Amino acid sequence: MLTAGPTPPVQPDEWEFSVETEKGQTSRWSWDEMHALGVDDIEIDIHCVTHWSRLGMNWRGVSLDKIFAQVTTSSDYVMAHSYGGYTTNIPLDELLDGRAWIAFEADGRPLTAEHGGPARLLVPHLYFWKSAKWVRGLRMMEREQPGFWESNGYSIHGDPWKEERYW
Amino acid sequence: MTHIDGNAMSGVLSELLTVEPTTARSRCANCGDVAALAMALVYPDAAGWVARCRACHEVLATVVRGDGRTWLSLRGMTAIELER
Repeated sequence: MLTAGPTPPVQPDEWEFSVETEKGQTSRWSWDEMHALGVDDIEIDIHCVTHWSRLGMNWRGVSLDKIFAQVTTSSDYVMAHSYGGYTTNIPLDELLDGRAWIAFEADGRPLTAEHGGPARLLVPHLYFWKSAKWVRGLRMMEREQPGFWESNGYSIHGDPWKEERYW
Repeated sequence: MTHIDGNAMSGVLSELLTVEPTTARSRCANCGDVAALAMALVYPDAAGWVARCRACHEVLATVVRGDGRTWLSLRGMTAIELER
């Protein structure tokens, strides 16, 4: 379980998700507004950089496609920010086309705080440190910049099929 | 003044990094607290070690080990005090 610091206590009624563009425009969604975008049932494999995988996990969450349908940006890169200060960088095109979600449930249960609840980023085709726990928003970047673990030794990209673990 | 390449620091750095680091004091770059690394709050994350300031909880240092290599970041410290 990846936890680079204390578990931030965030309740759904105080949780908010935002996307800030390169022009400083910020779109915001409350817990209810996010769910109203439409929640997908997802069956997917996940891969941790510490050499474990879980196959056929069931998740529920909102596709990033639905969020970015409401955002105008010309930037190609994203920095995900979490409650507690964690960051991770991801190219925008890897968050689209049904490949990434804001997830609220796993294995039929709401995500516990220890597993990133109330909501975490879910980017299953990349190593799981990219699936930021306690996600609170995305900030668009015109050029690729490293997030927390990417700054401290891990791959800027993190493709498990290419075993992109470290620099 | 012209710069020289980093090899010039190898002698001084290898000398410094052989000291016992947990007793070395450092100043938090975020809040200014001065404390020995032994006082830091350490989160032994599966991905690596994360040492946070006892006062403000900002990250002081990280250590990532893997693939036969180690990555050390001290970016949350303004400087480290070492005994000579």
